[in-house]
Amino acid sequence: MTSQSAFLDSNRLVYSGAAPSPSEQARRARRWGWLIYAECRLRRMKAYFGTILVVALLYPVLYLAAMGIGLGSLVNSGVGGIDGVPYLVFVGAGLLVSTIVTESTNEFTFSIMAGFKWEKTFYATQASPISPAQMVIGEVVGVFVRLFAQAIPFWVALLVFGAAPSGWSWLIVPIAAVAGISFGAPLMAYSATVEDEGYQFAFVQRFIVMPMFLFAGTFYPLAQMPPYLQWVGWISPMWHGTQLGRIVSYGMENPLWLTVVHVLALVIPIVVGVALSVRVFTARLMK
Amino acid sequence: MSVIEASGLTKTYGELNAVDGISFEVAPGESFGLLGPNGAGKSTTMRMIGGTSLRTSGSLTVLGLDPELNGPEVRAHLGVIPQQDNLDTELKVRENLILYGRYFGLSHAFLKRKADELLEFAQLTEKADEKVDNLSGGMKRRLTIARGLVNEPKILLLDEPTTGLDPQARHILWDRLFRLKEEGVTLIVTTHFMDEAEQLCDRLIVMDHGKIVAEGSPASLIKEYATREVLEMRFGSERNASVVSQLEGIGARIEVLPDRVLLYTPDGEGALERVAHVGLRPVTSLVRRSSLEDVFLRLTGRSLID
Repeated sequence: MTSQSAFLDSNRLVYSGAAPSPSEQARRARRWGWLIYAECRLRRMKAYFGTILVVALLYPVLYLAAMGIGLGSLVNSGVGGIDGVPYLVFVGAGLLVSTIVTESTNEFTFSIMAGFKWEKTFYATQASPISPAQMVIGEVVGVFVRLFAQAIPFWVALLVFGAAPSGWSWLIVPIAAVAGISFGAPLMAYSATVEDEGYQFAFVQRFIVMPMFLFAGTFYPLAQMPPYLQWVGWISPMWHGTQLGRIVSYGMENPLWLTVVHVLALVIPIVVGVALSVRVFTARLMK
Repeated sequence: MSVIEASGLTKTYGELNAVDGISFEVAPGESFGLLGPNGAGKSTTMRMIGGTSLRTSGSLTVLGLDPELNGPEVRAHLGVIPQQDNLDTELKVRENLILYGRYFGLSHAFLKRKADELLEFAQLTEKADEKVDNLSGGMKRRLTIARGLVNEPKILLLDEPTTGLDPQARHILWDRLFRLKEEGVTLIVTTHFMDEAEQLCDRLIVMDHGKIVAEGSPASLIKEYATREVLEMRFGSERNASVVSQLEGIGARIEVLPDRVLLYTPDGEGALERVAHVGLRPVTSLVRRSSLEDVFLRLTGRSLID
């Protein structure tokens, strides 16, 4: 009897003979668990893919039309653009990066808490060979892919609106996705500690994400802010991501040391956020 | 060789000994029960078997492997059905099986066929493309069990498999579990339902406050700790306690519960006649066979469901 017919024999429900041995299953999970988890994370997004798509296609057009063209015509006629480029070019990179960072917030707040509290999907996964550390890395990789994919239509919109003149402007896509994870990874560690209904997330949205959007150099250079408010930009991945985005999208001049600071300011929170998340996930799942 | 071997297994949370030095072995293909009230340490024991709870002391092996050191290897052998359904409500019924199977490194080609098989087993073929939220409690439970079978496990851990289900849904589920048992799957079942333990388990341990208070087959436990029959009588809640002195000597043992008096005897009808003979007229009376409920009452002085 071949394994195929054994599989279809309804009297042998459990052991078809077609499944790899448990030790092989464990070996695959140990090696590729993070990637498998990321794949499943992306497939789960199908449930709200419509929303993702609308945001990905509509936001760039709305933002660029309103801010870039509407507000931009005022700015351009008043001060003749910013940083030597038309306002649309200046603000375009900032809008792309800040939109992607904001989208990242949604993936790393309620969805993390639900996995522990409402749907308990992390506990379900924990009963498989996948480890808590692999879940954390899989979350990051899965959401990174989503943010990357979502940044592409925005970048195309920048091109269409003539808001990304440099030949290197495509690099803004990975930069924005990294900035999203830079904000999201520490947020995930925090969300994993939340035990109640998650009212804190409204606070995160209103008092962290929103001020970051307004005060972290998206709409005007950070230097325009009074010095006592500039720290908002310095601690915000949105600003660091936006500045890197401007370097690649229109060749903004930036001292090398500051560019290095921007890169480090994005990478360090990812490393710390992932490490903290692994600790919190493990502590909560291994009781 | 035993499938599971536990010796002096202990789990402490702060001051609380959730599991307090228990030892047991489970043979291949056996249906093994952990019976006890809520908080007896059953679920904690289950989690230690899966390596998702670290033991405080004692030794534990699953198929010769230590679940703490070889977690992924042990869990690849297990199907885990938790007390609370944790299905993924973002996914459709069928997707729940396929994506869970991916966690075991199984291919999409394999999982597509496996999912169809399991949906049929769980009697959910028509619900394959439904949202999980649209399923009844019994259907969700069956889907959770089907999901636990996706990796073709040798051992199935079922934590309170039928809690919260109506009688009909319970019987459907028991029937499905019997089929798995017939195929040689080792079942480890926790329950606080006596009838479930009697239906499903070849052998069981009775747990209370983290300790094993008795061990054996349902029949042998009943034989050892109870008489063949029980005469249940209600005299009205005021009088239940006061009639005890008059009942002395009629049965082998008497238990007074708030709402009724239990008289343990090999012959219930005969005992009822003798009760009438001493001039007592219970409001209601019932003769039944002894169950594990009586065993638990005898061992702990408490009934299982408080």
